[in-house]
Amino acid sequence: MSLELQAAQLLTSQGLDQLLKALRRGGCRTVGPTVRDGVIAYEDIDCLEDLPRGWTDEQSGGHYRLRRREDDALFGYAVGPHSWKPFLHPPRQRLWRTHRDGDTVRMQREAPDGQRLALIGVRACELKAIAIQDKVLLGGAYGDPHYRARRAGTFIIAVNCTVAGGTCFCASMGCGPNLTAGFDLGLTELGAAGPPAFVLQAGTPAGSQLLEEIPHRPATANEIAAARARVQHTAEHMGRQMPTEALPQLLLRNLEHPRWSEVAERCLACGNCTMVCPTCFCTTLEDSSDLTGRETSRTRRWDTCFTVDFAFVHGGSVRQSTRARYRQWMTHKLATWHQQFGTCGCVGCGRCITWCPVGIDITEEVSAMRTSEPT
Amino acid sequence: MRERNARPRLAVWKFASCDGCQLSLLDCEQELLALGEVIEVAYFPEALTRAVRGHYDLSLVEGSISTPRDAERLHAVRRRSARLVTLGACAASGGIQALRNFADAREFMAAVYAHPAYLHTLATSTAIADHVPVDFELRGCPVNKRQLLEVIAAFLAGRRPAIPAHSVCIECKSRGLPCVLVAHGRACLGPVTQAGCGAICPACHRGCYGCYGPQETPNTASLTRALTALGLERRQLLRLYRSFNANAEAFRSESERHAE
Repeated sequence: MSLELQAAQLLTSQGLDQLLKALRRGGCRTVGPTVRDGVIAYEDIDCLEDLPRGWTDEQSGGHYRLRRREDDALFGYAVGPHSWKPFLHPPRQRLWRTHRDGDTVRMQREAPDGQRLALIGVRACELKAIAIQDKVLLGGAYGDPHYRARRAGTFIIAVNCTVAGGTCFCASMGCGPNLTAGFDLGLTELGAAGPPAFVLQAGTPAGSQLLEEIPHRPATANEIAAARARVQHTAEHMGRQMPTEALPQLLLRNLEHPRWSEVAERCLACGNCTMVCPTCFCTTLEDSSDLTGRETSRTRRWDTCFTVDFAFVHGGSVRQSTRARYRQWMTHKLATWHQQFGTCGCVGCGRCITWCPVGIDITEEVSAMRTSEPT
Repeated sequence: MRERNARPRLAVWKFASCDGCQLSLLDCEQELLALGEVIEVAYFPEALTRAVRGHYDLSLVEGSISTPRDAERLHAVRRRSARLVTLGACAASGGIQALRNFADAREFMAAVYAHPAYLHTLATSTAIADHVPVDFELRGCPVNKRQLLEVIAAFLAGRRPAIPAHSVCIECKSRGLPCVLVAHGRACLGPVTQAGCGAICPACHRGCYGCYGPQETPNTASLTRALTALGLERRQLLRLYRSFNANAEAFRSESERHAE
């Protein structure tokens, strides 16, 4: 967020609570961070009390723990296990059903979900990921009507990161930690003692309009400087760094590098990295029929390039080995994604590192390849 | 709809097992009437007193092969079945009773029975597929009833059952469950275990016990390194891999690395 002096406002935590209530009054389903089962998950939230007040997260490869903060920050953590993907591009989506009555078959297409979503606490890397999924799922001639319906009504309250997680590397990817675009309202939490307060900026007319209903005042120059300093501090304390220079070329000229076999020794082919990735979008179709054969349906569900079936063509799977599957995932994410969608597929959120049960680190894999490139 | 008299014939067979998988079929309360409408339940001693002899279009086979008599009986079942689908961990890998495969079964017999000489048992407990060709193996301890209905519905429609062979992790993530291994440091076999249960144990904050047996490409050696880093010792690893699917190839070979 470019914190323009004239536009920046100051919002108290009560103001944020009123903001949530206004969104709910307006018919939005409000989804945001909350502590559940020992993690900060994105769930339905009603009010300020649902936010993870005073909590932060400790993250490294294959490791995540909630920790208490010394203050009452509401957004004093990095990112939780799940991105916003489950809300916009859900794990299961029925596409159609048929009902057979004698010789007549009636087909019923699943209506897109019209519920308006308000996403609270979206980070810069996640905004970038949503922008990437917009391109993938709505770009081209065949957009996904379900994703379109969910995105059309989405109201986004984004948050500048005031802490960097142990596996964060958005700064290397040019995706954060500062908000640039894609939000209706953008907040930066101030770190002073006492109740949380936010420097706020509207990113869209819808954001400005909503703000009019909520008490706020212009932010002072000191408050704006403090907010800016916090985001700057985050940028300088990323837990990981991705060596991005000529990255697609590096990977694509090293398709037979011995490192692929080495990482395959560790890779569980469990699919966790793709499930938690905010940009991975692959799905498969599952057809079902009931016992009588009268009712059938087709459901789209998340798939992953780490399964055997994913690359199944006539005659078998074209990616039999875990080596081939890991290479497919990483080269697509960091290299061929550019050719396909015009951007990188990685936003540097670090989830694939934290939530890999054996802690495989995509930044470390790239570094290893770069430093041991056969000459 | 099929004519009632043209309904395919179903038989349910039991070998060495606890009957839990057959009970999963009876547990399909809502769907039992619909099932009876489209299939003739011809042989199912657990549920029916009458039995239709002869040939069956679909045989569901529960249990493992642990006696010479069962080994012979299984061949007779196969000959009389157009399609044979196995139910559960016992039938797919030998079950918990396959722990005998790692020890001397005669010692167990002597310890338990007053007159072990009357027992006619094999030294091992093995999977149905080790003895006869199997058309489909439905995993689980016990099987999931929705998956069981899916297999029967797929059989009736002549299509492939939608039963993925991927890891439990994908079910956890699809349900929005946080990883118990990463977030709590709990031992979990989910990454090397086939999905199907709906991630029951992680949903209760427990690690996966591996009831569904190894997933399609299990990397047990790598998971073991991660579990060792969490503090699991050799004996705990041995027990983890040696449970309901102790005799499944990937779990068996991994457990042997941690044996005495």
